Amino acid sequence: MSQTVSQPPIIDAVPVSTEPAIELKSLRKVYGKNVAVDDLSLSVDYGEVFGFLGPNGAGKTTSIKMLMGLVYPTSGRARLLGRPLGDRQARKQIGYLPELFRFHEWLTGSEFLDLHGQLYGMSSAARAKRIPEVLALVDLSAEAHRKLRTYSKGMQQRIGLAQSLLNNPRLVFLDEPTSALDPLGRRDVRAILSRLHHEGVTIFLNSHLLSEVELSSDRVAIIDRGRVAAVGRVEDLLSRDLMVEFRLGPITPETIAELGELLHIECVTDGDHTLISARTSNEETVAMAVDLLSRNGVKVYGVMPERRSLEDVFVDVVSPTRDGGR
Amino acid sequence: MNVAIIARLTLREAVRRKVILGVVVLSLAFVALYAVGFHLFRENYLSIEARRAARPDAGPAPSYAVSASAMVLLGLYTVNFLTGIMTIFAAVGTVAGEIEAGTLDAIVPKPIGRWQIIAGKYLGFAIMLSIYIALMVLGVTLTSHVVGHYAPPHLLHGTLLVILVSMILLSLTFLGSTLFSTMTNGVIVFMLYGVAVTGGLVEQLGTALNSNTMVHIGIGSSILLPSDSMWRLASYVVQPSLAISFIGPNPLGTTTPPSELAVRYAIAYCIVLLVSSVLVFQRRDL
Repeated sequence: MSQTVSQPPIIDAVPVSTEPAIELKSLRKVYGKNVAVDDLSLSVDYGEVFGFLGPNGAGKTTSIKMLMGLVYPTSGRARLLGRPLGDRQARKQIGYLPELFRFHEWLTGSEFLDLHGQLYGMSSAARAKRIPEVLALVDLSAEAHRKLRTYSKGMQQRIGLAQSLLNNPRLVFLDEPTSALDPLGRRDVRAILSRLHHEGVTIFLNSHLLSEVELSSDRVAIIDRGRVAAVGRVEDLLSRDLMVEFRLGPITPETIAELGELLHIECVTDGDHTLISARTSNEETVAMAVDLLSRNGVKVYGVMPERRSLEDVFVDVVSPTRDGGR
Repeated sequence: MNVAIIARLTLREAVRRKVILGVVVLSLAFVALYAVGFHLFRENYLSIEARRAARPDAGPAPSYAVSASAMVLLGLYTVNFLTGIMTIFAAVGTVAGEIEAGTLDAIVPKPIGRWQIIAGKYLGFAIMLSIYIALMVLGVTLTSHVVGHYAPPHLLHGTLLVILVSMILLSLTFLGSTLFSTMTNGVIVFMLYGVAVTGGLVEQLGTALNSNTMVHIGIGSSILLPSDSMWRLASYVVQPSLAISFIGPNPLGTTTPPSELAVRYAIAYCIVLLVSSVLVFQRRDL
């Protein structure tokens, strides 16, 4: 797959539009007494790679199923590509890889793609041209004439991805696209996503592999109990709470107190050097702290920002609201 | 167009899953057995008739057509019964099974209407079953013609009625498949099928015993599921009137055929159930 990067672009020109590619307003889904999605509002711009995160049972798959017309919202509304849910014109330009990539296993790989191409309304000429392209993209050209029954899980997931890109979509929904893949397969899928991104395709990525989302997404939403718990650019979420460790020479309690007015000090450890761990929401305060320390004659041996991972943010956002394990 | 895509997919699935192969092999076996049976029946009939005719007090010969017609009725009843079972088994999981397997998750978001999925599947099954019924009726009547030297009347009408029986069961199975799981649907449809068959028998028995209550039970069951009453009409149509009056009320046929109104009811039944399947499937969360 990684060798295919020199192929012609997956999709031709994508028209620019000012309205969002995906717009959800107070989307809600209730099954009996069970609230699957409580009140979901989101907006994703054209060309964005949007990561959709949340713990198991947070309502991620239900949300995607509502957008795909598989499940009907109890209330609220949503628009895809500027059109209401279920609109056929919009559906022609949308690709979808379901979480459970279970397809008609008695079809061969190319028959399966041909069927879905027909369902997209593609002409036989368009299908004949496009099917070998997507097969090459997911590295399954050699297996095209084998029955899906004989495919490994990873191969089934890749043929599913090929299916979701058949129609040169402007918008793709991928529900756990790498769950069955090994690390190499994941890297290949990341390469495909980044290629689609460069070509201007909007990608809605649902994955519980946080590192994956962190690497691929422009923005992410973390949802919990059917609501958006946090949303924003990946860098912003990662730097929202900056952890900094200062390695200092001798320091007076008064200076520590002054420092405490700038930053939230978590702990002070004395040793050869004094180690102070602090938290801040604004990078500027770090510079001000260094300023303050040198003004007060404290030797600064090191200032180490602690890089937070998306996992830390995820745990922070999700944990406080949960009542223990379930 | 989309309906045709789904219909083709449905037919292809039947071929790929070797449903068709199994059915063809067993059906050929049935027709072969039927031919042997018809041959032995005719030999037997001719030898008995020869002995009877040799007796000095022998009256005029009874019509061969009456006995041959009973053989044809037996053959067509088997065809009707087998296609009924086949209809239910083939379609029992057509929607429920695909929801359970998750295969619809990639189909429904495509630019097609949900009604087209139901219509396409129905069309696929209807084509498959109609061809099957036509071939099986052909097998039975060719046997009757070649081996038994007997040609039953009104075959086309009878065949269309057997196809109608299959469509009634298909519509019921489709509605059940949009409402219930595969297993629940199978149980419910088979129970109703049993009720219809038993109701038909009770009605024939009621006619023979002059019991209005039993006849009413039969009519009630044919309102619930008109498959058996349409079969009885088919049986009535393909027998010469001489055979019907000679044999009288019996488990396989009838002396009091359902009216034209009953046929209209059966057709309306198919349409209402099929439209209901579409409406249920339209609204259903997958």
